[in-house]
Amino acid sequence: MWNSLKTMWIVFLHMFHRRATIQYPDEKPNIPPRWRGRIILSRDPDGEERCVACYLCAAACPVDCIALQATEDEHERRYPEFFRINFSRCIFCGYCEEACPTDAIQLTPDFEMGEYNRKNLVYEKEDLLIDGPGKYPGYNFYRVAGITIGGKNKGEAENEAPPVDPHSLLP
Amino acid sequence: MNEWAAIWVNLILILAVLFAFSAMLSWIERRLLGLWQDRYGPNRVGPFGVLQIVADSIKLLTKEDWIPPFADRAVFVLAPAIVAVTTLLAFAVVPIAPGIGVVDLNIGLLFFLAMSSLGVYSIVLGGWASNNKYSLLGGFRAAAQMLSYEVFMGLALMGVVMLAGSFNLRDIVAAQENLWFCIPQILGLATFAVAGIAEARRLPFDLPESENELVAGFHTEYSSMKFGMFFIGEYVGITLISAMIVTLFFGGWLGPLLPPLVWFLLKTFIVIVCFILLRAALPRPRYDQLMTYGWKVMLPVTLVNLLITGAVVLSAA
Amino acid sequence: MEATFYLSGVIAVAATLMVITRASAVHALLYLIVSLLAVAIIFFVLGAPFVAALEVIIYAGAVMVLFVFVIMMLNLGKAAAVKEREWLSPGMWVGPSILSALLLAELIYILVQNVQDVQGAYGGTAISSGAVIDSKEVGIALFGPYLLGVELASLLLLAGLVGACHLGWHTELRFGSHSASRSDRARS
Repeated sequence: MWNSLKTMWIVFLHMFHRRATIQYPDEKPNIPPRWRGRIILSRDPDGEERCVACYLCAAACPVDCIALQATEDEHERRYPEFFRINFSRCIFCGYCEEACPTDAIQLTPDFEMGEYNRKNLVYEKEDLLIDGPGKYPGYNFYRVAGITIGGKNKGEAENEAPPVDPHSLLP
Repeated sequence: MNEWAAIWVNLILILAVLFAFSAMLSWIERRLLGLWQDRYGPNRVGPFGVLQIVADSIKLLTKEDWIPPFADRAVFVLAPAIVAVTTLLAFAVVPIAPGIGVVDLNIGLLFFLAMSSLGVYSIVLGGWASNNKYSLLGGFRAAAQMLSYEVFMGLALMGVVMLAGSFNLRDIVAAQENLWFCIPQILGLATFAVAGIAEARRLPFDLPESENELVAGFHTEYSSMKFGMFFIGEYVGITLISAMIVTLFFGGWLGPLLPPLVWFLLKTFIVIVCFILLRAALPRPRYDQLMTYGWKVMLPVTLVNLLITGAVVLSAA
Repeated sequence: MEATFYLSGVIAVAATLMVITRASAVHALLYLIVSLLAVAIIFFVLGAPFVAALEVIIYAGAVMVLFVFVIMMLNLGKAAAVKEREWLSPGMWVGPSILSALLLAELIYILVQNVQDVQGAYGGTAISSGAVIDSKEVGIALFGPYLLGVELASLLLLAGLVGACHLGWHTELRFGSHSASRSDRARS
């Protein structure tokens, strides 16, 4: 009984505390940069698409909301012909970002994606692709991995170091 | 003829004010809960959110009024009406101020108890007619809880009746001219307040609907205005219990300087605020705790109170 | 006042008939509640408001809630209603109803005789001629001439209480000290 009265008194004193509410549409909340929000596809510093259409994100996705089709350009470089994310299924778990070998797919601190029409929640590649490198400004996958161009294999071009043989890293 | 007109004006005004206040109470409660939980509560519709209740009622009225095909149709429709009717009828005997009040019954207090005991049917039958296991469990809980708490609700008031020597609520108020009954009847006040909260099915005694175990308890299957009736019934019920506490223990309309009506409304409002604070602060007990509390703590306390009051009245006489 | 008396009388009789003829137990109980409420109004009209209030509080408000509670616990389904309907076949009720009709006729005959007597005595109608009996008079009557009855009733209730306590005690012993600690926690 005494405990209950004490609780009531403490709750009553909360009248004079500051309110914790952030009045959202008027007052924007402070979202941390690692927030898992709207998914984007980034470009490398040269302005090329980072995505190599490896399907790892689609495989990692627990709700199967990512659909893509790989294709190759004239230099035999893989890129997605289409890349579709159904945000009405997406749970923003971030597994796709973790799976991505080229840091192409990234989650951003944006959550205001409400739509009146469900179909508008299916984002195509042109909706997903941004112009910048996203969270990793200097990173260019092909600068690290090398690339084969017409007649020359990886590491055979001028001013190019041979690629690291991953087997040499084994103990 | 003029007298009849006065009675009708009285009745309609009380009803209108009661409904408006009960509706506003849902907003007041949410704002106060917000205040005590470091948040705002509804503050979007109109200034400070006062028009929230308009939005809510539009929503309630335009919702689909669904009767489940597996429900017992007649009883399902009847149940929400009972709670609204009984609480409103009980309000008829509340003496608001001299000259304001619907009826002046000689057995006013008993009438109030009778109506509040009939209110149980609404919950029990609503739970049964929904033909849903959660509703049924809510109905069970309501039946057991309200029966147990009704027992000492009546007994808690008998001390007041002894001191006032009447079941008439106006006489009881008049008897508090010198000393409000909250001082000699402090035990009666405590037990009646607990029983009143249990009867109004308010937190911390809202086990019939406890939403984290029973979905929404007895009104799981109710929608639209049928749910609205339960909703209004609950708020009229809390107003009723507060008005009764004020009438029986805090001298009703008595008070210095201000006019009687203002005193009554002010006191009632303060009691309601206390109930909301109780809701904001206390967790819901387990069911067996509720029963043990009712039968093993509250009932003996009321009996002891009755015994002491009887002895005092007898020795004073 | 007389009109309300007859109206509630008719309601009480009709509701009681419905109680007997309903197949669903809960519906029958609902009619029984209506019947009790009608009887309460009859008491009120006859000048016994205290008894009327107690009728509502105790019978309609408490005893019948327990009935409803038990019926709900039993979870009577469609099968029970079908069985009930079988029981309501004419062969079942003709005999008892003829006998009770005879009793009713007898009762009416006695009542009519009595009404004439009362009319003779008071020179008015039987209904609403008596003064209102308030709770104080009821109390004085109970603890005056009927003291023995009150004490006997309280003994009976005590016996019921002891019996209920005994039945409840057994289950508590089965769970041992567990339930004792529970109740202790509830108190603090």
